[in-house]
Amino acid sequence: MERAEIEAAVIAILAKQLLLPPGEISPDARIDELGLDSLGKVEAIFAMEERFGIHVPFNANAPDQPEFDFSTVGGVVRDVEALIAHKG
Amino acid sequence: MRRVVITGIGTVNALAQDVPGTFAAFRAGRCGIGPLTFRDAERLSIRIGAELRNWRPEASFSAKDLPLYDRVTQYALVAGAEAVAMAGLPMGLGPRGGVILGTAAGGIQTWEESYRAVFAEGRSRVSPLVVPRLMLNAPASHLSIRHGLTGPVLAVSSACASANHAMGLALQQIRAGAADVMLTGGAEAMLCFGGVKAWEGLRVLAPDACRPFSLGRRGMVIGDGAGVLVFEAEEHARARGAVPLAEVAGFGMTADAADIVAPNVAGAARAMRAALRDAGMAPQDLGYINAHGTGTLANDRAESAAILEVCGVAPPPVSSTKAMHGHAIGATGALEAIACVQALREGLLPPTLGFEAADPDCPLDIVALHARPARVEAALSNAFAFGGLNAVLAFRRA
Repeated sequence: MERAEIEAAVIAILAKQLLLPPGEISPDARIDELGLDSLGKVEAIFAMEERFGIHVPFNANAPDQPEFDFSTVGGVVRDVEALIAHKG
Repeated sequence: MRRVVITGIGTVNALAQDVPGTFAAFRAGRCGIGPLTFRDAERLSIRIGAELRNWRPEASFSAKDLPLYDRVTQYALVAGAEAVAMAGLPMGLGPRGGVILGTAAGGIQTWEESYRAVFAEGRSRVSPLVVPRLMLNAPASHLSIRHGLTGPVLAVSSACASANHAMGLALQQIRAGAADVMLTGGAEAMLCFGGVKAWEGLRVLAPDACRPFSLGRRGMVIGDGAGVLVFEAEEHARARGAVPLAEVAGFGMTADAADIVAPNVAGAARAMRAALRDAGMAPQDLGYINAHGTGTLANDRAESAAILEVCGVAPPPVSSTKAMHGHAIGATGALEAIACVQALREGLLPPTLGFEAADPDCPLDIVALHARPARVEAALSNAFAFGGLNAVLAFRRA
């Protein structure tokens, strides 16, 4: 799966949680600044796992997420891409 | 107002299947958390919990009765029998006795087994006892049947605060004169595939260990078990020569009316203050707080802020016993009330296991790793549940 396709799918998932048009979410946007709350985050992760057939190692209790970068849209896309490749 | 005392306690949990064993584990700082062993556990990403080891219901129940009891009811009945025996309760309390018991998930294993049978295995029918097994009031009702208590009997469900709400309501029944004796506390048996799978989705379970208030914590660890306490009007206990273990001095409950999962400092602090006010205590009277202390970032930070807001700059020692018995959800408040009884009676504060390093966001005097001797006149026990429901109990030395 191409990076652009993954990015579009990740943005679509985030847009659905944020009730925003996908065009308003830029790849370098910071997730917290988009206004995604903790439940929105776990729902988005669930949607990505279902969409890409991956398991995202995300724990809401780790202040910095060493195993999965959830700080920016671009970070999420990169790590999802890596998980898909790893699954490969 | 009638004073209410505790005259008996009973428990089954991951540490032990009775009170003496549980007290010994609290003294020694023993951990009840281990690998999950139930069916399909290998399909989970979280594989630890505080399960009861070597649970043998056939040793406690007849072959005729056992089909009626989900595990949650089995736990409640065994804990209840110990509490009633310790209290030396007379038979024939009838309408002067009742039961208010907390549970969050009730007979969840009965749901799971029945759904597995009809959906996964294609069976066309389930046991006719499914409904009476899984209903949330089954543990309370079976305790009432077993001990002949015909007064106020009901189940209370408020997620992780269920047992504290149940005990608070039981206190109020006795104060109001609706009963002289109440069996109360909570029971939970959520450690099954569906129960843990549901929690996994929230990303709040720790994969390795429970480390409340400590740097390096990764979340909560679920436990199973039950705690049943005999609450009794003081004059009723004295008249029959029963020994009070502790006084149930006060109760406070509040709702955040804010987020469905995120804890709220103001709501937690209001509940603590309400319990102190109800008990006629000042914060400086407290010698110990048994924290909700789940080991999640969100809880531990909010609870620390609430404790500091209520108690000022020098709060009493705090521990979370969840790193020993696990977070037993709707039963956990009852296990923690039993820990408070031990603190008040033995002058020994149970420890917070798993503690690695102080978290600057939780600037409390945490009783870390080892039990600490301390004379305690009064203790608080906190429970702050999903749904924004807070329930706090205040106990005093008898």
